[in-house]
Amino acid sequence: MNQPAEFVLSLRDIRKSFGPVEALKSMRLDVRPGRVHTILGENGAGKSTLMKILVGVHPPSGGEMMLDGRAYAPQSPKDAAAQGLAIVFQELSLCNNLSVAENIMATHEPARFGFINDRTLRANARALVRELGLPVDVTAKVGRLSIAQRQLVEIAKGLSRPAKVLILDEPTSSLSDSEAEILFRIIDRLKARGTAIIYISHRMEEIMRLSDDITVIRDGAYVATRARDETCIEELIALMVGRRMDEIYPPRLSPVPGADMPPMIAVRGLSCAGRFRDVGFEVRPGEILGFFGLIGSGRSDVMNALFGMRQASGEIRIDGKPARLRNPADAIAAGIGFVTENRKEEGLALGAPVRSNISMAALDGFAGKGGFLRFGSERRAARAEVQRLGVRTNSLETLAGKLSGGNQQKIVLAKWLLTRPRVLILDEPTRGVDVGAKFEIYRIIRELAAEGTAILLVSSELPEVLGLADRIAIMAEGELRATLARRDLTPELVMAHATGTHQ
Amino acid sequence: MTQTTDTTLSAGREQLRAALHQYGGILVSLILLCVIFTVLNERFMTVANLTNILQQVAVVAIAAFGMTWVILLGEIDLSIGSIIAVAGMAGAQALAFGWGFAPALLFTLLAGAAMGLVNGVLTARLMLPSFIVTVATMGIYRGLVSLPTNGAPAMISDPAWTAIGSDSWLGLPIIIWIVVALFLFNHVLLSRTTFGRRAYLTGGNREAALYSGIKVDRLKIAIFTLSGVMAAVSGILLSSRLYSAQTNAGMSYELDAIAAAVLGGTSLAGGVGTMVGTLIGALIIGVMNNGMNMLSVPYFYQLIVKGLVILIAVWLDVRAKQKRG
Repeated sequence: MNQPAEFVLSLRDIRKSFGPVEALKSMRLDVRPGRVHTILGENGAGKSTLMKILVGVHPPSGGEMMLDGRAYAPQSPKDAAAQGLAIVFQELSLCNNLSVAENIMATHEPARFGFINDRTLRANARALVRELGLPVDVTAKVGRLSIAQRQLVEIAKGLSRPAKVLILDEPTSSLSDSEAEILFRIIDRLKARGTAIIYISHRMEEIMRLSDDITVIRDGAYVATRARDETCIEELIALMVGRRMDEIYPPRLSPVPGADMPPMIAVRGLSCAGRFRDVGFEVRPGEILGFFGLIGSGRSDVMNALFGMRQASGEIRIDGKPARLRNPADAIAAGIGFVTENRKEEGLALGAPVRSNISMAALDGFAGKGGFLRFGSERRAARAEVQRLGVRTNSLETLAGKLSGGNQQKIVLAKWLLTRPRVLILDEPTRGVDVGAKFEIYRIIRELAAEGTAILLVSSELPEVLGLADRIAIMAEGELRATLARRDLTPELVMAHATGTHQ
Repeated sequence: MTQTTDTTLSAGREQLRAALHQYGGILVSLILLCVIFTVLNERFMTVANLTNILQQVAVVAIAAFGMTWVILLGEIDLSIGSIIAVAGMAGAQALAFGWGFAPALLFTLLAGAAMGLVNGVLTARLMLPSFIVTVATMGIYRGLVSLPTNGAPAMISDPAWTAIGSDSWLGLPIIIWIVVALFLFNHVLLSRTTFGRRAYLTGGNREAALYSGIKVDRLKIAIFTLSGVMAAVSGILLSSRLYSAQTNAGMSYELDAIAAAVLGGTSLAGGVGTMVGTLIGALIIGVMNNGMNMLSVPYFYQLIVKGLVILIAVWLDVRAKQKRG
């Protein structure tokens, strides 16, 4: 059973140091052909470093790697691809102004004398897209696709060359459930072909469903490998965080506000042509209203309208007073905070330090007369938020781009907490974040609710909405289909409303 | 682990380290150039010559301060060479109408502000790329210069106006006082105020800035206006030193200003840059011009050397930053 030939990829005692920092120590991994092998670990556990070593971005500092029974030491991602190891990155690496076909075939376009044969290129791309069953047009510009579609294109790109081992790094983080299904079908097909898949994800349900083997790593070291059938979510989480986590969703810290309490935010008849119609809801102080809907249901558009980023007709009242929200500055002044969906696009200035990212939305509060910044109070406030949220950063001057995804998300959260919002919109607050950071973010959401913040939680992860919200508003096709109390809901009922199959 | 610097002392030390980290490369280049020219010509390292360099560098340095703001936002302003010329002509005309020194000065600055405002409004409100907008206004403003005189230069004889470029105060040429004052103004505005911080954040990530309540369009217009005003000051200095407004004044100065900013570490992608860096960048350009003139290097060789030095300096900088990761 443990003969080397059985494994397509085998790592022994891999180490990697960056200066004095040991990112990986004694990593091992055995991947079998035709199986999905999940690597599970918190942010900072060393997954990214491991992947970069596998695809030849970094050379390991020690240890040995075998691919198909031969020593494997890739010099570059291109070299790794040539030896049969392909990767699909979590971060989108597509050119928005090129077509789907051009992106899929990038770096190995069918060409003669340097001239690209467009027809062959499109035909090859189309064949691949059809084989994978992707719902995209290969001639469309990538910039016109949704994030989810782009993710699928990214996957097609990774598969455009024959691979013995395919690495999928959080492929479903921006996919809706139905799109994820497409991906899972692709994975099944690849498995049948004998391709080994290294899978990285934070979604436990997904991992339990897809994986054949699961390797848990922690603090740069190998912890354990389990066959899926021999383990359970609780065991994996315990292995990953090194302690038992009794509950993923922390309990409420305060009683659910009664129906007699006046709402903090009341929205009536909110409409925006072509996006959503007649949306109305109320959120009381301390209440968490979950907003659930499939991608394209209009939920993000509604949030953008609440934040003054999209003009909409209808009435918005904050604390009983009508609010005119023409731009985000108006919304912030009215007491609304918005933890946006894409931290890299709308959340952070990655090239700026942690400190100025945290103070970004509350900058006037740190300025005296004439707009002169009070650096001392800015630093103190930023440090307090960093401590409160448990952000792992070397200093306040570290550039935001150098932090891991979970820590970046906490910076976005910190930015909005500093504005002391009365209404906080959280759009996919735990997307691309590991379980440990997720738990901390949930804890913060509970704390905020206990302090009396009205919270709008938008998520496409149903367990998250069900685990945190007091009431759930379900959107489909630009309409609010139902707003129901949590206790009256089951996952099946929510999905029935969201897909329009209810009654 | 949350590990933050706790005392202002260590924060200061960290700032110093960050400054060396940031300017080490170009400071070494500047010093190296000075050493080379000192070895080649003993008259280079004299007080008289160094003051001379500062005076020569003034026009480009001030325009480069404005350019730094614009580049920080991820935009570009190619019209400042033309604004320099229009400013000189506006001043000369106002003086010729007998408005007197102070009103003429104010009029010139307002003209610069108006031209910058047009750049800003076209870029921000019509969502046109600033490269195209300012290529167009570069031509338009250059054309405007010739309107009052049909292309002839306009002489300036106002004693106060010409004093700016030739007189001294407390032993230093007035021009140098102006550069120092404007450097401090821009440096403080950029590094110590909400306005400067918003420029950094908007240049770093426009969307994130927008979602954080920053009025990005207004900021952009203000910064183009500021760039116009800085160019107008450059135009005043230039016309004062030349005792006249020339229709071809400030030709291609935008390129020197961009070079100074980029040499000084301003990223053309936006979000990164400082006035200190730009000042050093402008000094490098000034030292090169002056040193090569003193060595009687022919003009065309100077162009080649300048181009190569800029390429090497920027390459070294990029490489160093990649290494430090």
